[in-house]
Amino acid sequence: MKREAKTKKAVQVAIVGGGIIGTLTARELSRYQLDVLLLEKEAEVGWGTTKANSGIVHAGIHEDPGTLKAKYCFPGNQMFPRLCEELDVSFKQTGILVVALAEEEMDMVHMYYQRGLERGVPVRLLSREEVLAQEPNLSEDVVGSVFAPEGGAVMPFELAAAAMENAVANGAELMTESPVIGAWVEGEKKYLETPTHIIEADVVINAAGLFADEIARMFGDDYFRILPRKGEEYLFDLELAGLVNSIIFPVPASKISKGILVIHTADGNIMIGPTSDNVPAKDDLGTTYSGFERIFSETRRLVPGLDPRKVITQFAGLRAASDRGDFIIEFSPNVPGLLHLAGIESPGLTAAPAIAADVPKMLEEQGFKLTPKENFQPRREGVVRFRQLSRKEQDELIRQNPAYGRMVCRCETVTEAEIVDAIRRGARTLDGVKFRTRAGAGRCQSGFCQPVIMEILSRELGIPAKQVSKRGAGSEQVKYEAKELLGKGVS
Amino acid sequence: MRKLEVDVAIIGGGPAGLAAALAAHDQGAAEVLIIERNHELGGILQQCIHHGFGLHRFKAELTGPEYAQRFINELKDTDIKVLLETMVLEVTKDRTIYAVNSREGMLEISAKAIVLAMGCRERTRGALRIPGKRPAGIFSAGTAQRYMNIDGYIPGRKAVILGSGDIGLIMARRLTLEGAKVEAVVEILPYAAGLARNVVQCLEDFDIPLHLESTVTEIHGDDRLEAVTIAKVDENWRPIPGTEQKIECDTLLLSVGLIPENELSSGAGVELDPVTNGPKVDDTLMTSIPGVFACGNVLHVHDLVDNVSKEAERAGAFAAQYALDKLPAPPRRIKVEAGENIRYVVPHEISLERPVEFFMRVQRPEADVYLDLGGLRRVKKPFVRPSEMLDITLSVEQLSKLEGDTLRVRIVSGKEAGVDA
Repeated sequence: MKREAKTKKAVQVAIVGGGIIGTLTARELSRYQLDVLLLEKEAEVGWGTTKANSGIVHAGIHEDPGTLKAKYCFPGNQMFPRLCEELDVSFKQTGILVVALAEEEMDMVHMYYQRGLERGVPVRLLSREEVLAQEPNLSEDVVGSVFAPEGGAVMPFELAAAAMENAVANGAELMTESPVIGAWVEGEKKYLETPTHIIEADVVINAAGLFADEIARMFGDDYFRILPRKGEEYLFDLELAGLVNSIIFPVPASKISKGILVIHTADGNIMIGPTSDNVPAKDDLGTTYSGFERIFSETRRLVPGLDPRKVITQFAGLRAASDRGDFIIEFSPNVPGLLHLAGIESPGLTAAPAIAADVPKMLEEQGFKLTPKENFQPRREGVVRFRQLSRKEQDELIRQNPAYGRMVCRCETVTEAEIVDAIRRGARTLDGVKFRTRAGAGRCQSGFCQPVIMEILSRELGIPAKQVSKRGAGSEQVKYEAKELLGKGVS
Repeated sequence: MRKLEVDVAIIGGGPAGLAAALAAHDQGAAEVLIIERNHELGGILQQCIHHGFGLHRFKAELTGPEYAQRFINELKDTDIKVLLETMVLEVTKDRTIYAVNSREGMLEISAKAIVLAMGCRERTRGALRIPGKRPAGIFSAGTAQRYMNIDGYIPGRKAVILGSGDIGLIMARRLTLEGAKVEAVVEILPYAAGLARNVVQCLEDFDIPLHLESTVTEIHGDDRLEAVTIAKVDENWRPIPGTEQKIECDTLLLSVGLIPENELSSGAGVELDPVTNGPKVDDTLMTSIPGVFACGNVLHVHDLVDNVSKEAERAGAFAAQYALDKLPAPPRRIKVEAGENIRYVVPHEISLERPVEFFMRVQRPEADVYLDLGGLRRVKKPFVRPSEMLDITLSVEQLSKLEGDTLRVRIVSGKEAGVDA
């Protein structure tokens, strides 16, 4: 489409990127009388780095003093209980253990303990016996540990989707499948070009994750780089639930990463990972043999009972690390009104609510006047999770809406009504339904339910099944109708 | 909550559940109920539109739906009750079943006996840990079969099939007949995992290459699958560097094994066999929970549906006897052990009270051997293969000669065996 033919639209604040940072920022700004628009290149929000995040709400003891990571991590952690309650997102305060497997590692354990005390993070030192009493499946080699009870686990995609849904309910606007392909400044205004629109904005918030440096460069603002760093994760069958009760960290061997962990996820599955490998490409989302081997050899030192045969799925994500080695949270020194929220690598998820809460203050410091909305509704309409209800509640629910009596995903007990509700809230793809409802996330990995979910998406969205995709245009799952290929001579 | 009481409740209306229900009814159980999650009976047979079913049982070559229909027709002449589109959520030790459907809400069903007939699921990419990206276009073979045969969609035009299990072989032919091109079937073992007749009729007849001792080592493509890399493997199933070959394709089917679906069983506390992933059963097909029986692919993965029907009829009949108080606990219990080159044997325990039909699979192919049942019976086998289930019966008379409390089943070489039964 020619630029002249594109739809023009003016807003006060445009956010580029619907990851956890962009969506939570949109929600924070929707508290004020502002036109807020979020542009997301994928079919749904939370599709990039957020979706593959480990989901750990860090305690605030790993970050080096003086960094922005340290500044935002613990305050972010403290915001999670209320945030997740308001947005009806599952958050499990499992606690975090950093485990020493040798006497010489206890120095680091003590260092984390001291750091926790200094920062006001609740921490306890645990003896070998105390750790094993709390986590009986840990290695016999454990020497001692520091325990931070307020660390926990959340489903990162669920949080991003919920934050966006709440922001939209409070007046923010979302445009998906809208990659920014051009950006410029004219006078006081900034412009963003998508394949279909030209957006004019007073403020542009760059929350583009892996691509934040590219968005900056489109504005001629070329002073940082995003260096993708890959992490692979392996997720186990729910059968292994309970093998660990908290999130288990080793004492890290390097300063770059916190090591490879054994994670009790918010959904109860055990997950192990992530690796930490610098990669050249921003689309390198493949898992590897070497990643698998490193993850299992590292984590089985901590928890010997991790059985590779019980893995149900694996995936990789890319951390959007900056060449500064820290978050970049600042107005551009070169382009007035361009706010970078970039380089948000771990503990970015934990820090995200605190970073988002700072954005209105940063705007005010730049002279923007913000007026709070009187009718801001912080609570998202609650989500029904059939599997978590009592038999009696389930029975009553089916009487109100028979679609709760149609079981679609047998492994995770997800009903048709929950899938229809997820679509109403913004799911457009098979992965979108899976991440919102868990339908297809279980042990059969959607072998049985995918054709049914496809049918429901097709019906609810009014599109043919051939257009139903795994995660947006180009990833359609079935390509042809029966008989369509006959006589065409595939070469 | 609606409450129901029945004599025999059967969970699953596939081939196992159908045969079990009819047998339970024939034994005189008054109230027999089939609980089925799909909108029709027949289970996975309904998507198996190829022929080759029923050769043993009906001496005819039927399609899957035709085979199922013979049982469904028989069912129509009985008062067996069927609940369709009804999902069982829980089975308890005291034989209460909780199930839901959209018409009646939550159902609480008390059964004097239960037959577990839930079938199996397919192993996934995650279980194999194939490295690479996660594009669209990767299906388990059975899911692709359902898309093609029930929903009327073709997954793609160029396919690679990983695993030479029967569903994968059947799908190689099915895709070819629909106009798609199957570039390769890739099998990690030195021999095909499916039935020999399927290798001939589905691959050889269509010139589809079968790559043995090979596997998929990488998946390529961001949105849709674009190619896979395959490579030869060593004896430890590790890819051999330098043997990689990239094959362009938009579809990858996985036919890499079936896993009995025993989440309900283990939830009830039924003891499982770690080799079959199915319940441990005795010679009445009763599990470790009294009054709970198991048959078909939920018990162990079968090669032929004919065997499923036969096994399920026995489970259904014994379940009815149990419900009617006609199945007393046996005075003696004999353990059945898997010996040389036997991967598993079902049943796991016998009583000497009745003839026993044993089903078993070997660990590796062998030729010119004997199948030996505790020295009580020895049968010559020109070939044994892991893909083909062995099936042998011991009469009460043969069993009466057993000494000790263990029956060991093994494969013995022609040299070692002196006798022929």
